[in-house]
Amino acid sequence: MRSYLLAALAVAATAVPVLTAGQAHADSASSVVGRVQPLNTGAAVYEHVCQGCHMPGGKGAAGASSGFPAFAGDGRLQSAGYPVYMVLNGRAGMPWFAGMLSDKQIADVVNYIRTSFGNHFDGTVKPEDVAKMRQPVQMEEQ
Amino acid sequence: MTDVHQHAAPTRRQMLTRIGLLAGSAGLYQAMTSMGHAMGTDFKGSPDLKGAKKGTRVVILGSGLAGMLAAYELRKAGYAVQIIEYQNRAGGRNITLRGGDVVNELGGYTQKVGFAPGNYINPGPWRIPYHHQGLLHYCQEFGVALEPFVELNHNSYLHSSAMFGGKPVRYRDYASDFTGYTAELLAKAIDQHKLDDVMSKDEREHVGAAMRGWAGLENNGAWVKGVRSSLRRGFERPQGGGIDGEPIPSDLLPRDEIMKSGLWQFMSFHERLDMQTTMFQPVGGMDNIGKGFIKQVHDLITLNCKVTAIHQDDHGVKVSYADMAHGGAMREVEADYCVCTIPLPVLSQLDVQVSGPLKAAISAVPYASSVKLGLEFKRRFWEQDEQIYGGISFTDQPISQISYPSGGIFSKGPGVLLGGYMFGPAAYDFAGMTPEQRVQAGIEQGLKIHPQYREEFSNGVGFAWSRMPWTLGCCSMWSEQARKQHYKALVTMDNRIVLAGEHASYVGCWQEGAILSSLAAITSLHKRAIGAA
Repeated sequence: MRSYLLAALAVAATAVPVLTAGQAHADSASSVVGRVQPLNTGAAVYEHVCQGCHMPGGKGAAGASSGFPAFAGDGRLQSAGYPVYMVLNGRAGMPWFAGMLSDKQIADVVNYIRTSFGNHFDGTVKPEDVAKMRQPVQMEEQ
Repeated sequence: MTDVHQHAAPTRRQMLTRIGLLAGSAGLYQAMTSMGHAMGTDFKGSPDLKGAKKGTRVVILGSGLAGMLAAYELRKAGYAVQIIEYQNRAGGRNITLRGGDVVNELGGYTQKVGFAPGNYINPGPWRIPYHHQGLLHYCQEFGVALEPFVELNHNSYLHSSAMFGGKPVRYRDYASDFTGYTAELLAKAIDQHKLDDVMSKDEREHVGAAMRGWAGLENNGAWVKGVRSSLRRGFERPQGGGIDGEPIPSDLLPRDEIMKSGLWQFMSFHERLDMQTTMFQPVGGMDNIGKGFIKQVHDLITLNCKVTAIHQDDHGVKVSYADMAHGGAMREVEADYCVCTIPLPVLSQLDVQVSGPLKAAISAVPYASSVKLGLEFKRRFWEQDEQIYGGISFTDQPISQISYPSGGIFSKGPGVLLGGYMFGPAAYDFAGMTPEQRVQAGIEQGLKIHPQYREEFSNGVGFAWSRMPWTLGCCSMWSEQARKQHYKALVTMDNRIVLAGEHASYVGCWQEGAILSSLAAITSLHKRAIGAA
């Protein structure tokens, strides 16, 4: 698991698919990243990373509990620090993406979510803002 | 060198006593393991729950393997047990899809599985390591038939989009060449005296001999095209009979591409403790394990209960739930103790009355996203055309792998492949697609390895774990930081409530984790209940 996060970083940094050695995550058998989408825009990050849970259009979805929050009109997005923190560190059902997404990709997707789906929150997040908030989160070796 | 025959051979017990004295219990354990006594697992047999006060009530939340095992063992010990389950089925992530099954996912997407009778895909767990002795123990106790699961198949493919012309190569060819070239380099370094400073003359000879024999090098230490290398990697024209029986050796793959492709990681994959032979699967589908458990505890399970709150005080536990089979009517169940196996992404959003540290732990472990594709084809072309019987082909494309069924080998008629199995970025990506798009992407990528996909495809299903309403993810994803800070709190009984499931173990994402965690949880509960803790 940890290794694909590293590999994803390599892809983001060089834009050249790099196959790295893999420690698979338990029964994942998925020690290979493959050619990950380039993810050059906030919309691309949203489509290829976020919408698997938060759904197309930021609609969210409820399951056995409140499920994955919708983004349209979500007051918690008022402060940009909140989504940046959540994407970096995760919480509850939300995984952390500190190892998988670059500062720019996180800034892009936070800006995208705060200005899409009918949202018009003020202020733009810059990659430097994300960099300042990073703290260590590492997948444990399996 | 001591001549062992000078002394009477010590008995096994004498030997173990000596080792125990010299090396302590860790050394003793290691020695016992190597002498065949201890097993490579934490499983110590059925739990000892003697002395339970008859009729002590336990409510179990969730009917996956952890919940059903807790119910089975606690009832046996004399507890009054009931299980409440969110889904309209028991078994949890132990699940198999067959023709006619319906998969509903978040977002309102529905898939109806179109497989032919007898065919199936295991969207969750699908293989069992031989050392998962807890799970294997209960499979035997409940009469679940198991068969070998083919993990490593030398005739499967490895595929790199950028190397070997983008064409798949046989595992056998790649592995033989990787080993051959590597051994050749080491043998050469020894012959050229480049390792004289790290190895004595004796050792250089031993290592040199090992390299030549292990990798199948020529006597001069070279890995080259010839009969010897082809006896590993296969011949261009196979050994035959009659006038044209003489085999023709095969060409090697280029060394630089062998190394640069990185495909060696799939050789390394099978060497992991979790993936070593012999692996097993239940005959006919993974859910036959779930069915074995259900047979034991079916009378204790109430389906369609959506838990909303778990409260406790000095007298007992109160669980509130919506009875989905009766219009969502709110109901309560009271008990003395609670075993909660609800997946953490769901549990973290419920009203749960537990201490701060446990609450924090519940929110500290997200679940990984994972996607599996089950593709049915009109015939088993991988067996009929390519002599691939079970095992896995790996690719650097997002689908990451194609796995061939270990069951029903040589059968006629349609067959089902695991057409993709993803974690990480590719899983996020595939989960965000519609089910039809997932299957379509699986076919397009699979075509690079099996051109027969085009002609033979019949139907498929794309199962995205993060879109399952009942788990909101595949399985626990522990960070080093969370493990250090929260694991102990997560597995410690909190007054009358104890958690169980793969997430409450160090065997995360495996069914064995659910088994071991369940046994640990009910042991804690029992100690608490009889006043010993």
